[in-house]
Amino acid sequence: MCLAIPGKVIKINGSIALVDFSGIVKEINISLVKGVKVGEYVMVHAGFAIEKMDNEYVKEMQRYLNKKSKN
Amino acid sequence: MTNLDQILKNISEKAEKIGRPIRLMELCGTHSETIARYDLKNFLPSNIFLVTGPGCPICVTDQTEADVIVGLALAGVSIAVYGDALNLPGNLGSLEEVRQKGADVNVVYDVTDALRLSQKKGGLVFWGIGFETTTPATAWGIKQGLTVFSSHKVFVPAMKALLKNKKIRIDGFINPGHVSAIIGTEIYEKFLFPQVVAGFEIDDVLLAIDMLLNQIISQKPCVKNEYTRLVKKKGNKRALKIMEDVFEVRNGFWRGLGEIKNSGLKIRKKYQLQDAEFIYKDLILKIKKNITIKPSTCRCGEVLQGMIEPKECPLFGKICFPDNPQGACMVSREGSCNIEYRADR
Repeated sequence: MCLAIPGKVIKINGSIALVDFSGIVKEINISLVKGVKVGEYVMVHAGFAIEKMDNEYVKEMQRYLNKKSKN
Repeated sequence: MTNLDQILKNISEKAEKIGRPIRLMELCGTHSETIARYDLKNFLPSNIFLVTGPGCPICVTDQTEADVIVGLALAGVSIAVYGDALNLPGNLGSLEEVRQKGADVNVVYDVTDALRLSQKKGGLVFWGIGFETTTPATAWGIKQGLTVFSSHKVFVPAMKALLKNKKIRIDGFINPGHVSAIIGTEIYEKFLFPQVVAGFEIDDVLLAIDMLLNQIISQKPCVKNEYTRLVKKKGNKRALKIMEDVFEVRNGFWRGLGEIKNSGLKIRKKYQLQDAEFIYKDLILKIKKNITIKPSTCRCGEVLQGMIEPKECPLFGKICFPDNPQGACMVSREGSCNIEYRADR
């Protein structure tokens, strides 16, 4: 039941954000997490963001995946 | 050699060094699901055992609370519920069974859905189930005017109860990742016991096992955080604050574990007009009075504490299946019996 998935915030309108889950975009309530910004990744559980993902980790993952896709 | 191979190699070397059987309990149903999905138990050394704990909220929901919500539905109250809880069997049947008989039971994806539906119907009762991952959203819903019947639970007191039970032999805990995103890691430091907060990918779980073995070898029990990409020491303060504003702790009733001090969450008096326990006080008393307990040989209670394996229950796979669950652990996809049943087939 505690399943949650990470997604990228692409637009914010008040307490609602559009979050991209690898191509599927959903409206997510971000009122439980402080200071969410466009471009950041949030962990989403049952329609609500519960926490932001660590930015350094996300960047590192993206660098790794970009490198892999070029190989 | 891939990272996973390397971690497995480390685990094997450490398990051999320890020699004796090691029992590690995963405290979150989503960890149990990862372990089953990758058939992880078959890749571990023969002296490392993974035991499922009481981390599936549906599984640990008290029978009386399930009966009350079904009783409310039978009395004509509109109910909204997460899909996971729809088939939870009770003495009066499950919500799905009474829905088929005409009761107004609605499955919702999230609290926002429940709120929208409530506004459309002119009121309903949302069944609040879950640990700290789920509770802040329910608190948000209550602040927006949603009426809730709270079966929400606090996780840490259950860990304390497990550690106090001498019948349960456990060498370390894999602590729940998303509960910890809310409550943080510091709160676990009160237990001088090997613990690792872990994420839900296969490498997260393997790393957690490796980190627990380190603690067991060094005989230095502590709290380590493997899920640093999400979980902070103090947790999510904003989510904690909204929970604190709406709920207060009370003793909670857990299937299998019984009554645990300060492990339940009650809606505070200032929100009592959104509290189904207050609004339907007399009806709930009547429902509770009229419950006839169906005798059952279901052993969910022992499964939930890692005392027996699902297959040791006399009902498992004989009359208890995911399509016809007799006990709570067969209902949710995160329930130990449900996982075991699917893994076998």
